[in-house]
Amino acid sequence: MSEKVLMKGNEALAEAAIMAGCRHYFGYPITPQTEVAAYMAKRMPKIGGTFLQAESEVAAINMVIGAASSGVRAMTSSSSPGISLKSEGISYLAGCELPALIVNVQRGGPGLGGIQPSQSDYFQATKGGGHGDYHLIVLAPASVQEMFDMTFKGFNLADKYRVPTMILADGTMGQMMEPVSLDANAVETYDKSWATVGTGKHEGRNVINSLSLSPAQLEEWNKSRYERYALIEKDEVMYEEFMMDDAEICVVAFGIAARVSKNAIVAARKQGLKVGMIRPITLWPFPKEVISKAADKVKAFLSVELNMGQMVDDVKLAENCKKPVYFYGRTGGVIMSPDEVLDELIKIEKGEAKQW
Amino acid sequence: MVVFEKTKGLTDAPLHYCPGCTHGIIHRLVAESLAELGVLDKTVGVASVGCSVFSYNYFNCDMIQAAHGRAPAVATGAKRANPDNIVFTYQGDGDLAAIGTAETVHAAARNENITVIFVNNAIYGMTGGQMAPTTLPNQVTQTSPYGRDVTVVGYPVKVCEMLSQVTGASYLERVAVNNVKNIRAAKKAIKHAFQNQIEGKGFSLIEVLSTCPTNWGLSPKEALKWLEENMGTYYPLGVYKDKYKEEK
Repeated sequence: MSEKVLMKGNEALAEAAIMAGCRHYFGYPITPQTEVAAYMAKRMPKIGGTFLQAESEVAAINMVIGAASSGVRAMTSSSSPGISLKSEGISYLAGCELPALIVNVQRGGPGLGGIQPSQSDYFQATKGGGHGDYHLIVLAPASVQEMFDMTFKGFNLADKYRVPTMILADGTMGQMMEPVSLDANAVETYDKSWATVGTGKHEGRNVINSLSLSPAQLEEWNKSRYERYALIEKDEVMYEEFMMDDAEICVVAFGIAARVSKNAIVAARKQGLKVGMIRPITLWPFPKEVISKAADKVKAFLSVELNMGQMVDDVKLAENCKKPVYFYGRTGGVIMSPDEVLDELIKIEKGEAKQW
Repeated sequence: MVVFEKTKGLTDAPLHYCPGCTHGIIHRLVAESLAELGVLDKTVGVASVGCSVFSYNYFNCDMIQAAHGRAPAVATGAKRANPDNIVFTYQGDGDLAAIGTAETVHAAARNENITVIFVNNAIYGMTGGQMAPTTLPNQVTQTSPYGRDVTVVGYPVKVCEMLSQVTGASYLERVAVNNVKNIRAAKKAIKHAFQNQIEGKGFSLIEVLSTCPTNWGLSPKEALKWLEENMGTYYPLGVYKDKYKEEK
């Protein structure tokens, strides 16, 4: 392992994208993700890549569509309101079966919201955002190192399954500095003979398209894509278990909320509370199975999120009403302290907390 | 002796356009130009939303179907990814001059090395004849049933005139396909626009005045006359910008 360097999450992510072979970045400034664009603006011209500041987030995602159609690794990054604007294009990426990486460094919403960290785009990322039957693969890093590593993962998965992949970070992950090892992860290459590069380079005509006026054909396309989604759900679920061996209360949290919860769990253990955590790393596919299994052992679940309660619904579906589910969240850019989570755990232990 | 052949630039798929619609002529001019320039096998076309949405079935090259108005952005991404490809968009007036105005203006501002074929028939055809950004004053459409009232909905957008003020744009010309003379001039302009791209000269846009007999409520012959008498005066034909000629 190489020596670690101190880096911002946004910059570690940008460097990883370049190391993963991305030479086409299209973006638009928005806090708190702008460092990604700034980093790309500096680096891309020096390595023969394209950094283009688009006229809007809408244009940026459509430039990604054009580049992805041409078979290159392309990406864009933004923050919550910008992702809403990109949602049309994200739906087209899914419908056209194009691989691309979209980064959302979330801030508080709705509307213009604020610029402080948030996880309130969980629904948007995992349940749609754009129109139609589709999923994104959604990765949720919880450290600067994971911002780096998951960028490789994101590109690999996108290419492997021909689906758009999202890194759902938050303002903390983007802005905080941590030591990070910049060792390149594996860069996987997949067939892209479907790309629109001119008929001189392949057999027949390649057409990138999401339109069908035949309901039967459109249903067929959707079903075939869902067959791939089923493979992703089977093979690509990622999560971390923390102190789950003897846990009686299972915290479920991702990203910065998981970091805060870890501290709360360590403090709870000191007070004799047997608490553990399942941290989903892929938010879609959601780690249903491990939560379902945990439901047979633990007494309760606590979903900790920087929102008004979004992932908690998936926790409840996964544990299938076997055990009580509680929720603790802060929103609008407020980050909870470990003490707040600890208080909630104590309330659950005493039977004083309200179920979700 | 073969005196007339189908161009290699078009597939064998039957066109879905209404009888008398001039999209077919414009398709042919674009296809012929690409074939004659010998670039068909490295061309990537971008279809837009509207009547020409199915152009991905007709142009005999690789095609991408873009969201409404976004074709110039998609073309930008494709061209930046593979600069050796010849990349063009084929867009109608609703697509290019209403929902896609920003993408159009900024592709021009960047002097993006792409070719834009802009079909202006002063109406939304695919959705059944609604008012377009280029619908003429007093023109009756489904959503301007008493005629376009410029005091309420404003004036039609003159795309070539507007873009001629954009420093980046290289080549802008407005042509029409209502008679043989104009069709020949249109072909020359379209071919020139692709030649510009081959030479790396940047953003070219050819605005083609086109008919929509179905939604104008006219016979094909009447539609050609209506184009000449009404559109032709509001949208004068000609070269609006030729940066390289100016520099000579």
